[in-house]
Amino acid sequence: MLRAILSDDLPRSRLLAVLLAVILVVLAAAPFLLPGTRALETAARICMFIVLVASYDLLLGYAGIVSFAHTMFFGMGAYGVAIAAAHLGPGWLPIGAGAAAGVALAALTALAIALFSLRVRAIFFAMITLAVASAMAVLVSQLSGITGGEDGLNFRIPRELTPGFRLLEEPVFGTRITGRVIAYYLVFGTCLALFLVMLRVVNSPFGSVLQAIRENAFRAEAIGYRVVVYRAAATCLAAVIAALAGAVFAVWLRYVGPGTTLGMEIMIDILLMVVIGGMGTMYGAVLGATIFVLAQNYLQALMERAAAATAGLPLLPDILNPDRWLLWLGLVFILSVYFFPAGIVGRLRGRA
Amino acid sequence: MSEPILTLRSVATDIGRYHILHDVSFSVPRGEVTMLLGRNGAGKTTTLRTIMGLWRARTGQVLFADEDIAALPTAEISRRGIAYVPEDMGIFSDLTVGENLRLAAISGPMDKARLAWITAAFPPLKTFWDSAAGTLSGGQKQMLSVARAMIEERRLYLIDEPSKGLAPAIVTTLARALKDLKRAGATILLVEQNFALSRALGDGAVVMEDGRTVWSGRMADLAADAALQGRLLGMEGAA
Repeated sequence: MLRAILSDDLPRSRLLAVLLAVILVVLAAAPFLLPGTRALETAARICMFIVLVASYDLLLGYAGIVSFAHTMFFGMGAYGVAIAAAHLGPGWLPIGAGAAAGVALAALTALAIALFSLRVRAIFFAMITLAVASAMAVLVSQLSGITGGEDGLNFRIPRELTPGFRLLEEPVFGTRITGRVIAYYLVFGTCLALFLVMLRVVNSPFGSVLQAIRENAFRAEAIGYRVVVYRAAATCLAAVIAALAGAVFAVWLRYVGPGTTLGMEIMIDILLMVVIGGMGTMYGAVLGATIFVLAQNYLQALMERAAAATAGLPLLPDILNPDRWLLWLGLVFILSVYFFPAGIVGRLRGRA
Repeated sequence: MSEPILTLRSVATDIGRYHILHDVSFSVPRGEVTMLLGRNGAGKTTTLRTIMGLWRARTGQVLFADEDIAALPTAEISRRGIAYVPEDMGIFSDLTVGENLRLAAISGPMDKARLAWITAAFPPLKTFWDSAAGTLSGGQKQMLSVARAMIEERRLYLIDEPSKGLAPAIVTTLARALKDLKRAGATILLVEQNFALSRALGDGAVVMEDGRTVWSGRMADLAADAALQGRLLGMEGAA
């Protein structure tokens, strides 16, 4: 049963299996286990980033395609929902239609980029995706009448997903089942389903061909596989999944802006998460996204406590000053890449 | 000699600004093993790569079953029924032995009888079926590379120096497998430096020098003529 769900791609490391199980259980029970809004916010962000990073891993780790346009596709899904909800009103239909439009736009844009540029060398393809993503960010900023420009769009979502909605009168395990909890499970369920779909894809014959192309594109072509077709399919698939993640995340946030969906910072974050977790492993996305989002959200608070605890000591409180959290975050990433060149999953599976 | 399945006519190929093939013309008859011989740098590998479309012929024709395939994409050339075993083996290291073979069976699931024949010819492939191909030894990788070409019946097999750098025992195993393939009626164009192996396998032979075909005929004639071997292949003690 478990083998079938995981498409025969088992963790192949006891420690990795335990880590994945812990993350799954905590995310599945987050509304009941983690008190407070911030914790639930972090859990939803982890779910969303797991899918976004895994879809990028499908592209980079499995197909060997370097793209800087992945957040653009994420943004298309998010803006699709936001524009539809902001202009057509709160309801399931506008959200569904907006998500479908965003996903379709992402697929078509990915197909156009792929067909026009996948024949060129990898570095040129990366540059083309960077240019297209930058152009899209400028376009979103300029079309403020539709997209809200730099301010972004606030929009209303169906009542059943709002904090004011109560599904049950009585709390369950001490937690009120509000619309927020329902919205969280919408995010969690969608992300889990998308992750399992990706796991199925990479373990299918299509996934094997992608890996073969990544290793030796000429050889794959000589066997009879049309490399451009497979690469284009992988690019479209990754774009569609990123757009779906964007759509779900927009519903969760009830806000979409250039900084939260289209920024180059997010693209760099995704790259870091893939590398830290381990490229071409899928499970690396789970570990990479979890560690990264937790560090982003809690490192500063942790350092504040550490600085307070070492207040009497020389130098240490200054080094642990919470304002320097980015320095420590960078240091953690440098060390993780140095010690785990094949990523955490690669290390746990004994590859490096 | 049966009718040719592959014919090259005045093929010239450039790699960058270097002219590698100048005038290559020869035919590969159906159901025979044709040896492509010549000194290092004569253009044998470039000829195979040109047939596969991995390098493009600047001029000339590559006729496969009477169709000019010189301008076709490599994948289409392969799908016409040509299997290619490159000199560097070209196995997919991160995939398992099984996955490598499954990928090569492009027209559908692997034929069980054919797979049994291949694993009988190359027993290590069965032993290491679920291992990553990158962990195999050099000889085992070459077995996998040849097995991948053999996994489906093809109309033509292009095999580039399968015995290069391998231990004698592995060469014997490969030679036995290629003889089996020949007995099954396959058409093979084989690049090989090992003259003893060439003599054992070849029906016909084509000799190249400086990007040109300089001799073609029956392998038995070349094997019997020491002077010719010395002149064409520079074999010590032959002339």
